[in-house]
Amino acid sequence: MSTRIFGRPESLATINFHYCPGCTHGIIHRLVAEAIDEFGVREKTVGIAPVGCAVLAYNYFNLDMQEASHGRAPAVATGIKRVMPDSVVFAYQGDGDLASIGTAEIVHAAGRGEKITVIFVNNAIYGMTGGQMAPTTLIGQETTTTPGGRDPAKSGFPIPISEMLGKLPGAAYISRVSVSSPTHVARAKAAIKKAFQTQIEGRGFSMVEVLSTCPTNWGMTPRQAIEWLEKNMIPAFPLGELRNWEKEQGQEKAQGSQVEVKH
Amino acid sequence: MGELILMKGNEAVAEAAIMAGCRFFAGYPITPQNEIPEYMAKRMFAAGGTFVQAESEIAAINMVYGAAGAGARAMTSSSSPGISLKQEGISYLAGSELPAVICNMQRAGPGLGGIQSAQGDYFQATKGGGHGDYRMVTFGPSTVQELVEVCVDAFDIADRYRNPVMILGDAVLGQMMEPVDLDQAKVKPAPAKPWATTGAKGRKPNIINSLYLQPEVCEKMDYHLQEKYREIEKNEVRVEEVYLDDAEVVGVAYGTPARLVRAAVEKLRDAGLKAGMIRPITLWPFPSASFEKVVAGTAAEAGTGNRVKSFFVVEMSSGQLLEDVRLAVAGRRPIYFHGRMGGMLPEPEVVLAEMRRLLTDPAAVGGEYGLNYVVPALKPEAVAVAVAGAVHARGAGDMGGTGGGAR
Amino acid sequence: MDHEIMMAGFGGQGIMSIGQLLTYAAMREGKKVSYVPAYGPEMRGGTANCTVIVSDRYVGSPLTSAPTGMIVMSPESMAKFQPVVRRGGCLVVNTSLIDEKASRRDIEVIEVPANKLATELGSDRVASMVALGVLAGYTGAVGIDHLAASLKKVLPSHRHNLIPVNEKALEAGAAIGREARERAAVKV
Repeated sequence: MSTRIFGRPESLATINFHYCPGCTHGIIHRLVAEAIDEFGVREKTVGIAPVGCAVLAYNYFNLDMQEASHGRAPAVATGIKRVMPDSVVFAYQGDGDLASIGTAEIVHAAGRGEKITVIFVNNAIYGMTGGQMAPTTLIGQETTTTPGGRDPAKSGFPIPISEMLGKLPGAAYISRVSVSSPTHVARAKAAIKKAFQTQIEGRGFSMVEVLSTCPTNWGMTPRQAIEWLEKNMIPAFPLGELRNWEKEQGQEKAQGSQVEVKH
Repeated sequence: MGELILMKGNEAVAEAAIMAGCRFFAGYPITPQNEIPEYMAKRMFAAGGTFVQAESEIAAINMVYGAAGAGARAMTSSSSPGISLKQEGISYLAGSELPAVICNMQRAGPGLGGIQSAQGDYFQATKGGGHGDYRMVTFGPSTVQELVEVCVDAFDIADRYRNPVMILGDAVLGQMMEPVDLDQAKVKPAPAKPWATTGAKGRKPNIINSLYLQPEVCEKMDYHLQEKYREIEKNEVRVEEVYLDDAEVVGVAYGTPARLVRAAVEKLRDAGLKAGMIRPITLWPFPSASFEKVVAGTAAEAGTGNRVKSFFVVEMSSGQLLEDVRLAVAGRRPIYFHGRMGGMLPEPEVVLAEMRRLLTDPAAVGGEYGLNYVVPALKPEAVAVAVAGAVHARGAGDMGGTGGGAR
Repeated sequence: MDHEIMMAGFGGQGIMSIGQLLTYAAMREGKKVSYVPAYGPEMRGGTANCTVIVSDRYVGSPLTSAPTGMIVMSPESMAKFQPVVRRGGCLVVNTSLIDEKASRRDIEVIEVPANKLATELGSDRVASMVALGVLAGYTGAVGIDHLAASLKKVLPSHRHNLIPVNEKALEAGAAIGREARERAAVKV
């Protein structure tokens, strides 16, 4: 007798990813699939793939999937969720997709309190198109469109999306995590599960921003990339929860409030 | 016959959509179609569906994409500038083979244009306003009653072919009230949608997608779409032919101008003049056969249709429908054109006078109002070339059915 | 016979309501009808107008550049629409609010102190109804009985208590319209 203690989640398809060596998309896919499996909702889950490096995500998840046009995944998710309110709907988006071309869609999906989950993979660069500046590119970071490093005078500042969305009443759970170490991966998993729980319980909009690497376009080895993330990205994009309905409820209860925050 | 009720075009098309089983609507405010989302906001939830006021026209069409992919009958509406914003989404709907209905109550353009009635979006609708090789079934209704009937038809065609369908109205049609008998619209139940993303329960995952990175695979998909379009061309042409049996001058128009031409035709008939009309109800697929019928053969040959001396196209644009008429007529008869733009409606008196002059004194034609063109008939030897060219351009017959002609 | 009728005034005078009432009534009478309101920023400026076509056969253009019947309820609409009335057509002028005298001699001008009459009937709100009655009485575009019977279609239910005074307004106007028609017939 043997017991399987580790294996491929059922919500992941049995094909190989195309991602570059050292890219963390694979880890994040796995965390999402594990969360779906653990809630037992695979058969009622619909995922939305973005335009960007994760464009082929519809092949990697063993789930019903829709491919969205660039930046529109939260709108597509809205359409799906509204006609199938009992389904579990998640959008998987990169920084260019979500924080640049798709800012209107993400802000308004959160503003409406759509009961969807968004996995926001932030690696501070455009990967698929070859390393151009992203809306989350750090000050001083070198990209093909910020030669010599991002200069705010020319190219503006990085946009802290999670902090922005955390201010919206429709957002029930917003958290920023990293996958740069086993500890961080475990925390990321917990956050992704909390986001899905938020949706399943009908609490409102949920999003997990995952700081991620791009060794290819950063021009680094996988190990250097992990170190660069921890040294540069985490200070610029501090980790932690920016919104958590559960804690807010707890606080209200503690304060004796009669009013429950409805999302 | 049901009860006649007075309804605004915008409200009637919304009610027709709900009758047709539309249960998801997303839209963004823009004049002159605001009554559509307003009506949906009022009625949709009671009908068991959902209305979302989207953050933009772009978001609205993508919400429709998601809802359609999940198997719902879904709709969005807008007016010209907003429809431009939806073009990417429409291309994705076509590429992913998703059924959806888009209603465009056209206003004047280009740019911000104006808010009065116009028809400058004909090319955008019928020739593929978004990127890539796709076609969208396009209806051009001319009364509020017809708006209701084509809306129901639109949902049916969208589902049967898994293709976006546009209702190309105009501001006057959207704003006007007319008597409507809603019972005249025959609703067909939606077919089963085993391809929809409803959750991979007891089956392999369904994927809604239009990305094919290998050119061989992408071309295969394109062939598949083209075969579908040939089927649509074969089966779904809607047209009204008025007095074509003995018409000498044939008016051609859709939407609001079609009402003016129709009224002129009746007045000319009262005066004993042989006016007729071809009124395309589907703008794509275009009713080329109705033209072929009346221009095939020369005037000296016997048979119906050869009495037609000329065509008279009237549009609220600079001549967009005109180009499809030219392709269909292929130089075999002269075509006269009268157009107004910028939100100006053609004057009924001018339409009547021009058509009367075409019937009685063609040499004198050439109105002083609006944009007027004459596309002369070609010499017989040139006609042969033009006809061959038009058939090629339409692809009629060549690829139909077998889908293999061009491979 | 086709009637191409326009009515114009300022927001709140019930211009759209009388347009819709005429449309409903003509539909009730079995006529072909259409109604088009003016919309957009010009509405925000406080002026309102709409177009109603009543036909025995077929409504071609739902708009007209030369109405056969015109109601003007305000000075602005008098200035704007007097010039466009079709030759031989009629113009109903609300003299309660319009001081300007009509200059056209090729149309039938019917002057009615609509607000004054409405107030006498019991409600200033029905001034436009008086004017519509005048137009209907003069043109015969639709029967007054059909107008009266259509009131409940156009008035919101919380205003159905005003149906009697609206009926009185229509009848008072119609009497003036018919009288003008008789005068015009004598002139011819």
